[in-house]
Order: sequence, then C-alpha cells, then structure tokens
Amino acid sequence: MTEKLVIIGAGMASGRVIEHLLEAAPDAYDITLFNAEPRGNYNRIMLSPVLSGEKTYAEIVTHSDEWYAANGVQTRFGQKITAIDRAAKTVTSDTGEVVAYDKLVFGTGSNPFIIPLPGHDLDGVIAYRDLEDTERMMGMQAGNKVVVIGGGLLGLEAAAGMAARGAEVTVVHIMGHLMERQLDEAAGYLLKKSLEAKGITVRLQANSKEIAGADGKVRALVLDDGTELPCDLLVMAVGIRPNTALAAASGLAVGKGIHVDDQMLTSDENIYAVGECVEHNGALFGLVAPLYDQAKVLAQSLLGQEAAFVQKSLSTKLKVTGCDLFSAGDFAESKTREDIVFRDPARGVYKRLVLEDNKLVGAVMYGDTADGNWFFGLIKDGTDVAEMRETLIFGPAYQGGAAADPLSAVAALPREAEICGCNGICKGTIVDAITGGATDLPSLRATTKASASCGTCTGLVEQLLAVTLGDDYAAPQAQPMCACTDHTHEDVRRLIKAKELKSQPAVWQELGWKTPNGCHSCRPAVNFYLLADWPVEYQDDPQSRFVNERKHANIQKDGTFSVVPRMWGGLTNPRELRAIADAAEKYDAKTVKVTGGQRIDLLGIKGEDLPAIWADLNKAGLVSGHAYSKGLRTVKTCVGTDHCRFGTQDSTGLGVKLEQTLWGSWTPHKVKLAVSGCPRNCAEATCKDVGIVCVDSGYQIGVGGAAGMDLKETQRLADVATEEEAMELTVAFIQLYREHAKYLDRPYKWLAKVGLDWVRERIVDNADVRRALVERFELSQTIYRKDPWAEHAKEKAKDYQPLADLTLEAAE
Amino acid sequence: MSWIDIGALDDIPLRGARVVKTPLGCVALFRTDEAEVYAISNRCPHKGGPLSDGIVHGKKVTCPLHNWVFSLETGEAQGADEGRVDTYTVRVEEGRLLMNAIALGKRSAA
Repeated sequence: MTEKLVIIGAGMASGRVIEHLLEAAPDAYDITLFNAEPRGNYNRIMLSPVLSGEKTYAEIVTHSDEWYAANGVQTRFGQKITAIDRAAKTVTSDTGEVVAYDKLVFGTGSNPFIIPLPGHDLDGVIAYRDLEDTERMMGMQAGNKVVVIGGGLLGLEAAAGMAARGAEVTVVHIMGHLMERQLDEAAGYLLKKSLEAKGITVRLQANSKEIAGADGKVRALVLDDGTELPCDLLVMAVGIRPNTALAAASGLAVGKGIHVDDQMLTSDENIYAVGECVEHNGALFGLVAPLYDQAKVLAQSLLGQEAAFVQKSLSTKLKVTGCDLFSAGDFAESKTREDIVFRDPARGVYKRLVLEDNKLVGAVMYGDTADGNWFFGLIKDGTDVAEMRETLIFGPAYQGGAAADPLSAVAALPREAEICGCNGICKGTIVDAITGGATDLPSLRATTKASASCGTCTGLVEQLLAVTLGDDYAAPQAQPMCACTDHTHEDVRRLIKAKELKSQPAVWQELGWKTPNGCHSCRPAVNFYLLADWPVEYQDDPQSRFVNERKHANIQKDGTFSVVPRMWGGLTNPRELRAIADAAEKYDAKTVKVTGGQRIDLLGIKGEDLPAIWADLNKAGLVSGHAYSKGLRTVKTCVGTDHCRFGTQDSTGLGVKLEQTLWGSWTPHKVKLAVSGCPRNCAEATCKDVGIVCVDSGYQIGVGGAAGMDLKETQRLADVATEEEAMELTVAFIQLYREHAKYLDRPYKWLAKVGLDWVRERIVDNADVRRALVERFELSQTIYRKDPWAEHAKEKAKDYQPLADLTLEAAE
Repeated sequence: MSWIDIGALDDIPLRGARVVKTPLGCVALFRTDEAEVYAISNRCPHKGGPLSDGIVHGKKVTCPLHNWVFSLETGEAQGADEGRVDTYTVRVEEGRLLMNAIALGKRSAA
C-alpha cells in the first residue's frame, strides 16, 4: 500500500531524501513537499559562485518544476506549515490547506543568526542565506562600500564575491585569525594575505558595537573602539541556528536542534528530521557531506531498511578563486598528538598534519592543496602512517618503497626546479657550483647568488649542500635563534624589516618556522622585534612574554612576586612612603628592601593580590617601576646642585626628565641609567648602559657600561653643552639600540658587534638620523609610555585570580 | 564521571593559562589553540615553580623558574630533565570548560 509522506522544507538534505526514495522504491510513498520559500530545491552551497558571477542561478537549480512533476512529487511552494496535529497525523499550512500524512519529515533547515546590535533591523542589514540575500549582494559594485561581519566560510565567500564585483569590502572578525574553526593561525594569516591582495580589508579582534543608520537605512558599522566603517550594505555571516520553532510547538523533543536518533527518527515514531535542523548526539550540522549521509539513512529508514547515521570527519574547502585552502579532520583536544609542519615561504605554502597513535587525525593546507583528498582519505580510513611518517607531509608522490630520508624530497627535485626565487637560480646551477668547489654557503652565495637576497631559501640551499656533498658537508657556524628556525637573530631582525612582517604568524610562515608557534626562547624575541619595528601596527602579545613582563612583577623562588614602585630619579616623599608602608602591611610583604636602583622593593606578595596592591599604590600616585622588564629600569641620580657643595649641574632634574621620557619603553635587554652631578660620580654613572657625568662645561655622555655578569666601564659617546642635547643623544642611542640589537644583548654586547664609531656616525655626526630616531622613539612611546599597573588593576584584575576555587565548596 | 563547569573557554587567553584551586592542590589549565585546553598539576617537580605562569608553546609549557619544559599531553618533562606532573581531562563544550569532579578530589558535584 502506498503511504503518504509529507516533507516540510525543500532543501539540499530533503531533496537528497526524495532522490533516494524515488531511486529505491518509486511507488512506496505519495510525496507532498512544502516549502516556505517560493521555489524548489537549489544547490545552496553554490550561491557563492552565483554571487561572484561564476555561475547563474539557473545552473544551480537541482530540481526544476518539471522534475517534480515528472516524478509525481506534489509541491506546495510558498506555503508555510503553521500547525501539526500529531494525533490526527495532519499538517496545516498558512493557506489553510490540511494534508494528512503517514510519515512526516522535518527539513526546516536553519536560520542565520543575527547579532542583536542596536540598528540590526535597519534596511540594508542582511544575512547570507538564500537567493534574495545573494541578489541583494549582487547589486553591489564599484563605488559601493560593504561591511561583512564574520570571518568564517560564508562571510569570506560573501566578501570575495562582492569584491570581485568591484565593491569596497571590509571584513570584521571578532577572533584573532580568520576561519578559526577550520584553520590554525599560520593558514589564517596566509588567507588574510590573499584576501587583502584582492582588495578586501580585514579587521581582526574587532568587536561590533552598533549599526548607525540614516533615514532608516544602514550608514555605518561602529566598533567598540569608536571606529566607524561606512557601508551601503551590512552582511552578517556569524553562524546559523537550527530552525526548531515548529517542531518545538508540535511538542517534539528539541534541544539546540530537533533531537534525532541514529535512524533520524524524532521523539514521535512517525516523524523524522534531516539536515541543519537536527541535533544528533549533541552535534549540529552545517556542511553538506553529513547532510547527505543523513538523507541516505533517512530514506533507508523510511523504506524499513536497517541503517544508522554515524558522524565522520569533515573536510572544508573555501570557494574563493585564488585562495587555495583545505582543512579536514579534528584539531580539538585529544591527548598524545603530534604535529608535522611544512612551510615554503617563497610559494606561500603551509601544511600541517596532526597525528595520533600513528594515525592522521587532522590536516590543514594552504597554497598547495593538491594532496588534500589523499590526506582526507588517510583520516577517514584511519590508515597506520608509521611507515611513511618521515615523508608523509610531501604527499603520495613520495610514498612507497623503503622508508625515505626527508632530504630525498630535495634530492628528488628536478634540475630545473627553482630554488632561489629572488635571483631565479635553479637546482642544477647550484649543484654544478657545489661540485665545482663552492662547498659552503658563503662561497655558494658568492658564485651563484642563491639565497643571497632575501635569504628565505637558505634552508633549501643548505639541504642541497648536504645532499650533494654527503658527509663532507660541514654545517654553518652561525647559531640559529633556536630549534624552531635556521635563521639567526640578526637574519630575523633584518627580514622583519625588509619583508615588512608585522605579526607573529607572518614571521613563522614567511621565515619557515618549524614549529606551529615557536618556543619559550624565540617567542619573546620575535615579540620584541615586532613591537620595536612596528609600534603602531603590531600589538604586544602578553602570552609571548616571560611571566615577569606578563604580570608586571618579579617572580620569586616560592612563586610569590616582588613589587617595586617607580621613584623618579630616586626621589620620593612622605606621602609615597606612607602608601608603601601601608601596602607592605596590608599585603603582608615578607621583606622590604632598598634596591641598588634607588627605590623600595616589597617582596613576597601573592600573585592574586597584585591588582589590589597596585590600585592602592596608584592612589598615592605611585606607578610601576618596571623592575621586571627588558626595558628602562631606573635613572639613578645624586642630589647635584640642589644641595651638594660640589654639584655642577642639576643632575637630579636631568635624571627625572630622562626617566619620564624613557619609562615604559621595551628594549632588547634591561637598560639602566645614571646621572652624576660632578666627576666624583656618586651615582656610579660610569657602569651604566647610559651614564651622564655633569661637569662645569656641560655633560659627558658615556654608553655601554655594566656591572653584572661582566664589569664594563662606559665609553665616551660625546660631550655636550646643554641638557636638551644630552636628552636627545640619550634617546637616539636607546632607539638605535632598540632597532638593531639582538634580543638579550645589553648595549655593551651590541656595541662590541657594531662598534662605537658606527653608533657615533649615526647619532653624533648626523643630526637628521638622530632626529629621526628620536621621532620614532616618541611614536613608540605614544603607545607604551603608560602605567601597566593602573591598566591591569582596572581591566585585567580577574586574570590574576583562580578560574575556580573548588576548595571552598569542598569544605562545606 | 561527574563533570563540573569550571568556567568559560574565553577566560583563558590563547597560549595562556589559568589556575583552578582544588582540594588536591592547584591545577593549571592551558589553552593551546582556539578550542584546545589541557590541564596539568600547577607545581613543577623540580623546585615547585608555578607552571601556569610559564610560556605556552605548541602543546608544551616552560616553567618560569628554571625553564624545565613539560608536555601538556603526557605531563612528562622534555629533553634532558626527568620528572612528570599529573594530567587531568578537560572537555570544551559550547565555550565552557568541564572537568571531572572526582579526579579533582571532590566527592560530589552538586
């Protein structure tokens, strides 16, 4: 007997159900298909090519009116179901039509999530979901401005489609990198770079505050930092929510989606659900592959066959021309996993494989995704990859036979393969030069120019040396920064400037880092290089700092901290001293000590108490002394002409001015200054990084002193007549040091490498260079000359507390 | 197992850490990726350093006191150093962090 099947919603999943039913048993059911949209099933995931103009709507229609008629499917398009009577087994539509069913299928799909920002109901604020939205976006062209909220798959496809039509598009994304659910930071960085090359502006870590309108129409998106992004159209692509309203109203079990079992059956034995509206084992579904699996299972269930839906690994590709990206499998938490990372900066290629128990569980690729499906196959099949592990990342071409040496990838390259992109040098030329006697990197660079320009292919050239010479090859002498890279500190600094690298993922990718995100040794260095070279563009990353600089206090051996307020030039007053005494008692300081830098150290303060003690000290006008930083520590002074009978200049005054100019700045290592009022040198200025000794005729400026692991006397940089000149030279010297020194080199070590004459040429002999250095320092200080204690006490206090305290409840 | 809600995923910065105080001592939660969190004992077996104050890199953390490096997956000290710290299971669900109450020394999750 033919049963009556009613389907609510003509989408991709329910469409596939109908196809399976018609194929397996065309006479099993009389099918009636309701759809609230006034049309049948089309390939929704192909809307992006329609938007970009690569396809037309007609080309993406999967089931035409003729198809439904020919297959005997009764259609009710433009009719919305308003009620279901589960006892009588009927549905009622908004036209009043009542249709009886034996079996009912929910294919109600999902609704786009609209962020309830003020102004979200203005004309010109749309989602990206259906053909109407797509048509609205297709109206955008040259001269139009568009903002897309959401840097996920859909948002980026919308942005690229409109940019291809000439519109000026800005993508606003709340996370730190694009497509964070599918991509890691490195791939997200490459994707951002490709989109920017298409003229799309990408704003990361941007929080939307409100939508501004004029005459009921959208005018601009306003971010929480006050930035206004003018737009004619605002597209929200921030996610979807299963459409469960009708199912809930009908009394079906509903959570985030409509609950279904492995057979796609809901809590009613005659009602099934399929597609984006369902929740199966706590999971929701947005990609097409699992929807098709569900459709197959549902069709079999409807025909009384045994079938069960199983959730599988998924793969994603972005449908944006020129952005070659592939992501598959699982990156989420799981123990005992390992990464294999491959980067080819010259070609903009990034590949990362995630292994667990000798099996591949995840893969991310950018730039070269040719092997994507092969990797996806390994993930789905759970293949044991132990045998091919060493060469796995090079893809199927390098598998088979005996376990190969990773160097064989280089060995296998043809003679014509280009190694050095800057100079157009191919493998054959390099190998010939090596066999001709250029057996180390410098001589190879001298004879072929390979790796002599930007240097990013240095690793490849060295591998060629190793492959060609075998055991005769002696590795280069220069020490790489750490095991994450073959580049030296000097190379990294130079390349950050030359290639204008402005983020950590940019450095990791473009310079071929071998680890996903560096280590405790290179991360603080890279973070410093970036903020020193790009103070405005780069945002300091606290997670790349040693705990002292992250928590703005010095960690002690028992895990407590020491707190040192700043005393400008070593000056203090009774009010500050009272505040320090009060804080020492209130927060139970174990030791109170006067430091060598002319201030007071409170030791034994608990990490949790730091924001509170800072707030108390702030009230008395005390700020951070940065006793913990690779930055300006103190300017030690003597009392100079204020009181001393030998004083020649106002040494205290100059010290205070210097400290107020320099405080808060980050430097490659700690920087200590002193100003003595006469050659008796009570402030011990001649063993400081910059030490000024006042004399009758002016100021003697010495640099490169130290009294730590090494004892160094300062070298005379210059003698100047005025306080202004002394200030300018000091600032220029520190900026030159910030821009050029290796991380963790004190100025004396840096001076030993570049020479004092090199420094003098720039800041003593050349007034233009000196002034430019001072200007760059000032620009940086507009960002960093502020009290981190006040900021943390006010905005980050909760980060210093435990996330949860389970001991309290246990005591009850 | 009895799972308790410890807090929000976003309360831990990417490549950062937070501490949970338990009857068995402090447990440190490390966020190694957008939706990836590991938990290990906060106490370095070397000299008791607070691991939650260390730098997080890959799936490892470096102790802030003497640079011992631990795998967040196994709790094993890396390289030449020998020792290990206890590991705990954390689940990330809909932006919330869930941990097993019993493993944390709590008799009841109510």
